[in-house]
Amino acid sequence: MVRLVNYAALIVVASSLAWLLAAVTLDPRANYAGRTPAPAVAVVDAALSEANLNDKDPLLDRYLTWVSGMARGDFGRTWDGAGVGADLAERAGVTLRLVTAGLAVGALLGVAVGTLAAVGHRGWFDRLSGGVVFLLLAVPAVVLANVLIIGAVWFNDTTGTRFLMVSGEFTDGGPLDRLRHVVLPALTLALPLAAIVSRYHRSAMLDVLNADYVRTARAKGLSRRKVVVRHALRTALIPTTTYLTFTFGALLVGATITETVFGWHGLGQRLISAIVTSDVNTVAGITAIAAVALVLCAAVAEVLQRMLNPGRPR
Amino acid sequence: MSATLPDVSAPAGVPPAEPPPRMFSATGIAGLALLSFLGALAVLGPILIPWTASDRDFEAFLQPPSANHPFGTTASGADILVLTLLGLRKSLVIGLVVAVAATAVAALVGAFAGYFLGWVDRTLMWVTDLLLVIPAFLVVAVVSSGQDRWIALVVLLAAFMWMVTAKAVRGVTIAMRDREYVRAARFMGVPAHRIVLRHVIPNLASLLVADATVNVSAAILAETTLSYFGFGVVPPDVSLGSLIADGAPTALYAPWTFWWAAGLLIALIIAVNLVGDDLRDRFDPALRAPQ
Repeated sequence: MVRLVNYAALIVVASSLAWLLAAVTLDPRANYAGRTPAPAVAVVDAALSEANLNDKDPLLDRYLTWVSGMARGDFGRTWDGAGVGADLAERAGVTLRLVTAGLAVGALLGVAVGTLAAVGHRGWFDRLSGGVVFLLLAVPAVVLANVLIIGAVWFNDTTGTRFLMVSGEFTDGGPLDRLRHVVLPALTLALPLAAIVSRYHRSAMLDVLNADYVRTARAKGLSRRKVVVRHALRTALIPTTTYLTFTFGALLVGATITETVFGWHGLGQRLISAIVTSDVNTVAGITAIAAVALVLCAAVAEVLQRMLNPGRPR
Repeated sequence: MSATLPDVSAPAGVPPAEPPPRMFSATGIAGLALLSFLGALAVLGPILIPWTASDRDFEAFLQPPSANHPFGTTASGADILVLTLLGLRKSLVIGLVVAVAATAVAALVGAFAGYFLGWVDRTLMWVTDLLLVIPAFLVVAVVSSGQDRWIALVVLLAAFMWMVTAKAVRGVTIAMRDREYVRAARFMGVPAHRIVLRHVIPNLASLLVADATVNVSAAILAETTLSYFGFGVVPPDVSLGSLIADGAPTALYAPWTFWWAAGLLIALIIAVNLVGDDLRDRFDPALRAPQ
């Protein structure tokens, strides 16, 4: 209960700070500058006040308007009058599909590589994967995304097909069409994630493989494969799962680069465009979503940890 | 977006062998050599090249590498070699300054909090926690979107990079404040702030050097991301990040606008990470011991 209150306070403080920061720094009025003919100041004021974006209104009044709106589930309006809530809800779906795909691929790849590297500790696979991880961690997401696009164009040219698509979420909406669009952005998220996860998982596996209960399991005659999968993997997954859960939360807004490069209209991409057009309410709304997502992920991580812990009461 | 490898400790139950004293490992030396080479390129290159960043060759728009322009030209006829080296210079400077500034702040905050404890500790750690909670990317993007000077970007990046190290420094300092030499200084009447600056922080040098190196690559990667969205380095300044952002749209049919900057950036991060990992391997045992 105390923790719930704590979480709620964190969400309120984080989104309020984001609103305050955006309201003080951003300048929605600039959207009207440079128009010919220049709109009358009174008209601009009225339009901005309508959207609760007028810098001439007292800051406290604007904040109270925003907070009471948020409390009712109303995210406010953008500078040109569109509702923020519906837009963000749609984008949250887009981001959720992208991040889920990326995280699933990254987690599977990372756990598989980490397990194999730990089982063959200091062997050729361990060294090779270590080198690849080192290289991947030096490649910024922007470069990785563009390299993947170049690779995809080469792949399409060589095979004479147009299988891999580099822009947008779908063209006609069929399942295969969606798959063709999701491959590259999901890989952009998955590869760096797999690199980090494989290292985490490798060290967790190494800790576990030397533990007494694993040795006991081997001694009572279980096969090596069974011991690794049933006993070692499960315990080693505990820290890895925690990392993955938090990454999922962070990626919901942090997949900005991937979304921008591949033209997915998600939350991260919207955050950037909202900063450019000075949409205070959108910026604050996205921050609120990010805060809620992180808190939810913290809760899920705790539940997962309890489920995976072999010492839990059954 | 940290670029460091997660700490891979030795398996439990097997005590780590005492490493013999050494300077740098082979990979560390390779990293240092690559880093010095890139540093020399960044410093000397733009001086030696006949072109400058503002020059336009009106006979070569978007031309592939040639004798006149070894790295090719941009769509507006600028020489990519000089742009890339200037960008490398700016990225290096940003990485170094941010890392040194962030580590300095971390050392001061952590050491003062850990040495004085009490209300000093509570205040400083409250600020640290607050900065950890605030979405850093949002703040940097929002604030720097109205700023044209790259030094503002450096201050912002540094402001959001010191918190975790400060906590580590605080922990080590708490363990250190009861050591004999610190006590001796206290009983000799040395003022507390001087004990922190002269005795505590210098004894953390190894931890701080390793941390600063890690921060260099983190800062360079953060700058790349921000510049890609136009929130980082803005014209007339160029950085590797802004060059990558400019080159990415033309990467398919004019690869030379993209690959030089991207390749140099990757080489730079690899060099810094090699040195950083090596330093951390050397200093980690010392770091763990007092905790």
